[in-house]
Amino acid sequence: MEAFGLLVHGFAVLLTWKTLLLMMVGLVLGIFVGVLPGLGGPNGVAILLPLTFTMDPTSAIVMLSCIYWGALFGGAITSILFNIPGEAWSVATTFDGYPMAQQGRAAEALTAAFTSSFIGSLVAVLLITFLAPLISSFALKFGPPEFFAVYLLTFCSFVGLGREAKHKTLISMSLGLLLAGIGMDTVSGQLRMTFGSSELLRGINFLVAVIGLFGISEILLTMEERLALRGHAASISLRVVLKVWRDLPKYWVTLLRSSFIGCWLGITPGGAIAASFMGYNLAKRFSKDPESFGKGRIEGVFAPETAAHASGTSALLPMLALGIPGSGTAAILLGGLMVWGLNPGPLLFVEHKDFVWGLIASMYLGNVVGLVLVLTTVPIFASILRVPFAAVAPMIVVSCAIGAYAIQNAMFDIWLMLGFGVVGYVFKKIGIPLAPFTLALVLGNRAEDAFRLSMIGSGGDVKVFWSNGLVGSITTLAFLLLFWPLIDKAFGSVGRLMRPAKA
Amino acid sequence: MSDSEIEIVVEDPTAPEPDSPAVTDTRVVDITVSLLLMALAVTLGYDNWRTGIAWDSTGPQSGYFPFYLSVILAGASLYGLVAALLSRREASETFVTRAQLRRVMAVFVPTLLFCLAVQFLGLYVASFLLIAAFMRMVGRIALWKSLLTAFLFTAVMFVTFDIAFDVIMPKGPLEAAFGY
Repeated sequence: MEAFGLLVHGFAVLLTWKTLLLMMVGLVLGIFVGVLPGLGGPNGVAILLPLTFTMDPTSAIVMLSCIYWGALFGGAITSILFNIPGEAWSVATTFDGYPMAQQGRAAEALTAAFTSSFIGSLVAVLLITFLAPLISSFALKFGPPEFFAVYLLTFCSFVGLGREAKHKTLISMSLGLLLAGIGMDTVSGQLRMTFGSSELLRGINFLVAVIGLFGISEILLTMEERLALRGHAASISLRVVLKVWRDLPKYWVTLLRSSFIGCWLGITPGGAIAASFMGYNLAKRFSKDPESFGKGRIEGVFAPETAAHASGTSALLPMLALGIPGSGTAAILLGGLMVWGLNPGPLLFVEHKDFVWGLIASMYLGNVVGLVLVLTTVPIFASILRVPFAAVAPMIVVSCAIGAYAIQNAMFDIWLMLGFGVVGYVFKKIGIPLAPFTLALVLGNRAEDAFRLSMIGSGGDVKVFWSNGLVGSITTLAFLLLFWPLIDKAFGSVGRLMRPAKA
Repeated sequence: MSDSEIEIVVEDPTAPEPDSPAVTDTRVVDITVSLLLMALAVTLGYDNWRTGIAWDSTGPQSGYFPFYLSVILAGASLYGLVAALLSRREASETFVTRAQLRRVMAVFVPTLLFCLAVQFLGLYVASFLLIAAFMRMVGRIALWKSLLTAFLFTAVMFVTFDIAFDVIMPKGPLEAAFGY
């Protein structure tokens, strides 16, 4: 019950006009980036991050997480009305959402999408509220070897469970870890890989790389497409909302199943994309008439949206409790924490109670406010798409440049951003995944420090990673996951359940 | 409700033609990227080897971790190179068509010029120029609309960042003339 008391305190921290205003601003900006083509959750958060540099950490994280919720809500609008998934995880929403819009049931589909997003996030936030304090107090006992084992587990699971070609995941991850190592070595103070350049002395900033990789490269990719679009317009009336909500209890199995899938895949690095497809596929498989899916069935909207949002939200759990982000956006929020001088990890729950519980309370509040906001303002946001991309693209470029410069006040970073933009464009086109790169870049130094501190502690003996039951089992699990594809082949039938979703 | 009728229509006057010839295919890009990554891995690996990759009494030296990472990177790229070389040429997909490349360059080149302009003219002047020129030339949007949008956006950015949030951006001669 301690969690409950702290949560109430968290709400008390939040319920000021200033924070509520920031929340609204964050949500509106978030929906905006969610609706715009070529932008989305991680890009939006990365680009808007500099806005928060001068705020206190609590206000900053409230605003950023609201941008994130907003972007999640916004993605559904374009999927349903225009058949354009704003994000990979909204692809499954288009299967039934767009047919519904074609049948003149756009308002119903949108209400269903927003409501199920809300439910998915709520389940995940409840999970965070009760599980995060437990995990973090458990993790307080962790020493450097345990932390390194957890990092290793994260990296290995990306390689082992990722759906991309293994060598490409490995390229992406090792490149990220290498770039993270540029600059001053924190343990010995030696310079590494700077080649005498004073600009490289600072190292490669994670956020600069992210802005280039996601923001700039996304614009280049978007420009390749034909950007003309036709879509439905919709406004949501209270009558429709109530009608959908009245029917909601009928779908409790679907909602619960998708929430569960979402939470599970969000905490493990399966991610929102896999979660939404899995939610959709399972709803279809367990349905009495699977044929009707894809023709405008409301369950086909409920299932993927709930799963995607449960997953997107629960990805914040490992970030808060262990300092390990479960998704790209969580990684960027983690980067934000470091900018504000907070050290992500289990100590956060002890040293910055106000901050953590303020954040968790803002997840509840942000979702409620967000739901009301999207339900009432859909027509306005849908009409954002009338703005031609030729006007939006240069504005995004400028925002990216502002973001990249503001982090360290360095012109070099703007050039770095441009370089990463090109790298991101090429990598995306030849199928090198960017998520492992992002994760490696943000965790690289911490992982290396943990490893070297363990080595100092043990006098250079690698056996320290198997020195007790806990660290030994995590390390072993990491290696198991690394070689999961091989194990999977051996037990083929078990593996099929893990990834029924194919994009 | 009459929701089913299409209401929002956006045109794209300079869209790439779908039947444009390919500039290059994925296989060639795959090979090039693998070679570049291998070169990078060798450069970084050499630098780390110089820094020290041995273990001393307190564990690994500074270069240890990055050195072995460069080895992994080189290995994975080599695998990618071999896989790309062995793959059948006909099976390879188009990397980019000529029309697509023209559009990508239509964003990339202005962005490059924008970055240059930031260095000499400051961010706000550069951003005004970029937005106005891009809207006019790529989007074929009326000149007055382009200029107005560019001015408003730049002004809002200036007020938000430099004045309200105290996030200082690079400035050029124009801002200096106004005393900022």
